[in-house]
Amino acid sequence: MSLSIVDSCVNCWACYDVCPSDAIYQSAPHFLIDAKKCTECEGDYAHPQCATICPIEEAILDAGGVAMNPPGSLTGIPPEKMAEAMLEFQSR
Amino acid sequence: MELTVLGQDEAAAAVADSGCSTGSCGSTNDQMSDLPDAIREKVQNHPCYSEEAHHYFARMHVAVAPACNIQCHYCNRKYDCSNESRPGVVSELLTPEQAIKKTKAVAANIPQMTVLGIAGPGDPLANPERTFETFRGLSEEAPDIKLCVSTNGLALPESVEELSKHNIDHVTITINCVDPKIGAQIYPWIYWNNRRIRGEKGAAILIEQQQKGLEMLVERGILVKVNSVMIPGVNDEHLKEVSRIVKSKGAFLHNVMPLIAEEEHGTFYGVMGQRGPEPEELQDLQDDCAGDMNMMRHCRQCRADAVGLLGEDRGEEFTLDKIEAMEIDYGAAMKTRAVVHAGIMEELDEKQAKRERLAAASVPDAQGLVDTRPVLMAVATSGGGLINQHFGHATEFLVYEASPNGVRFIGHRKVDQYCIGNDTCGEKESALSGSIRSLHGCEAVLCSKIGFEPWSQLEEAGIVPNGEHAMEPIEEAVLAVYREMAESGALEEPVPAARAQQVSA
Ligand code: SF4
Ligand code: SF4
Repeated sequence: MSLSIVDSCVNCWACYDVCPSDAIYQSAPHFLIDAKKCTECEGDYAHPQCATICPIEEAILDAGGVAMNPPGSLTGIPPEKMAEAMLEFQSR
Repeated sequence: MELTVLGQDEAAAAVADSGCSTGSCGSTNDQMSDLPDAIREKVQNHPCYSEEAHHYFARMHVAVAPACNIQCHYCNRKYDCSNESRPGVVSELLTPEQAIKKTKAVAANIPQMTVLGIAGPGDPLANPERTFETFRGLSEEAPDIKLCVSTNGLALPESVEELSKHNIDHVTITINCVDPKIGAQIYPWIYWNNRRIRGEKGAAILIEQQQKGLEMLVERGILVKVNSVMIPGVNDEHLKEVSRIVKSKGAFLHNVMPLIAEEEHGTFYGVMGQRGPEPEELQDLQDDCAGDMNMMRHCRQCRADAVGLLGEDRGEEFTLDKIEAMEIDYGAAMKTRAVVHAGIMEELDEKQAKRERLAAASVPDAQGLVDTRPVLMAVATSGGGLINQHFGHATEFLVYEASPNGVRFIGHRKVDQYCIGNDTCGEKESALSGSIRSLHGCEAVLCSKIGFEPWSQLEEAGIVPNGEHAMEPIEEAVLAVYREMAESGALEEPVPAARAQQVSA
């Protein structure tokens, strides 16, 4: 089983530095997880390290494709508030 | 009573004892008198702290540290806008090797460049390998460059040992609170011991690490500057306590910066409508926190990858491909640099001596000014301590306070603080209304020249334009204008409405 990085990743290197399995590599347009190497941190840590340090919501998905850090969970901004702000900003 | 000029750059300009000026009653006029000689020497000609020196010396930052170990509510890690000028916002990430090359290229081409900083875009100490590889390379290959680093402090204690091995000029710690309850409103989480720790628990660990790091650095004789972001309603009152604590532990400067929060930045504060401080609120808090460390008012919020003199950016000349093409003989460059530095020091010394002579010669007469209220004035200057800039060319103004106690430097007001005039980046605004808005609270603006349109708009805004003191030393001109205001009766009227409103709001 493996986690995966998707396109909201901002290439901040944080996950790369903390992965115990060397499963994360730099790629374009964003970092990727080598599914063959990823252990989901099993045996090393209680929580998958990449998803524990990643600052970007929805950048890392679990094996089932669900966001490890859902919207609002890291910034504390309620998703509806964020949507409102984006709408207002775009309509300017 | 004699008037003193409590100047922006050094204490020697102060000729007479005016007593308590900023709430710290020292036994002398020397605003840096509390600092040990070694520290004073380091600070006096530092491009980040001395108004005089920053026109002569330059610093640069390299972006080698992308990862971060905490989240702050004023930061959005997704944001990367080349029009931005906030710390933490960086466009070009460099490897340590590229950073070393770039630093040497800039130092060889801009001999005034004396300080290299690593400030981000993440936290330098959350990227220990990248940060220290850069420092190691530079300590070896370019020993005439001083290094500095800014950190949130979480990984500071474990980094002190390595930091002490390098040519570190100073470490900046951003400390926004010493109370976890307040911290929880600023930091939603930290990454600590392989876990994401949220709320007060996370904030408590961060605070403990910051304080421990500060103590360890001071113990080793490394200069520590503390930055705080003023967040109205969250930590504004609290920062006074932060200031007392960090100074008592030996931080040599405490610098309070305003929160910049705009909805389009997508930060927690921006989206949730948290406002930044008004210039007056910031100034009042800086007065309370800065104490006798007036010179810190010169610290700009420079962009983390900026190159050049404070407030300017020559980064375009040193993009990666341009650097690749450069052949740098750093040994030769070091010789040139030493000559240039000696020349600048001589010039600065001469200026200082001249200012001392001037100050000793003219002891302005304060008669009639004893009870007049203080007035803020803005000055357009391109350096040298003179009023020598056209109003329309000013990208920032220096703000001075004139009062019966003399003339005191208060701070900078940037004209283009963010994204003005760029339609991809939010609200459009003409440069002129931006300038006028940035002068809020000032009653006069002194410049070398000014056009007709800004003249009338300034008058409309209740700010008196004044071009009569072109090429005169700033403090003397400000004092002269203050005197004219006193004589014309302008000071008997209360503070103009716009400012009064602000103050009572
Ligand atoms: S879950 Fe663990 S092993 Fe897998 S990529 Fe993330 S950090 Fe590496
Ligand atoms: S920590 Fe998140 S945003 Fe940063 S590189 Fe990894 S996946 Fe991308």
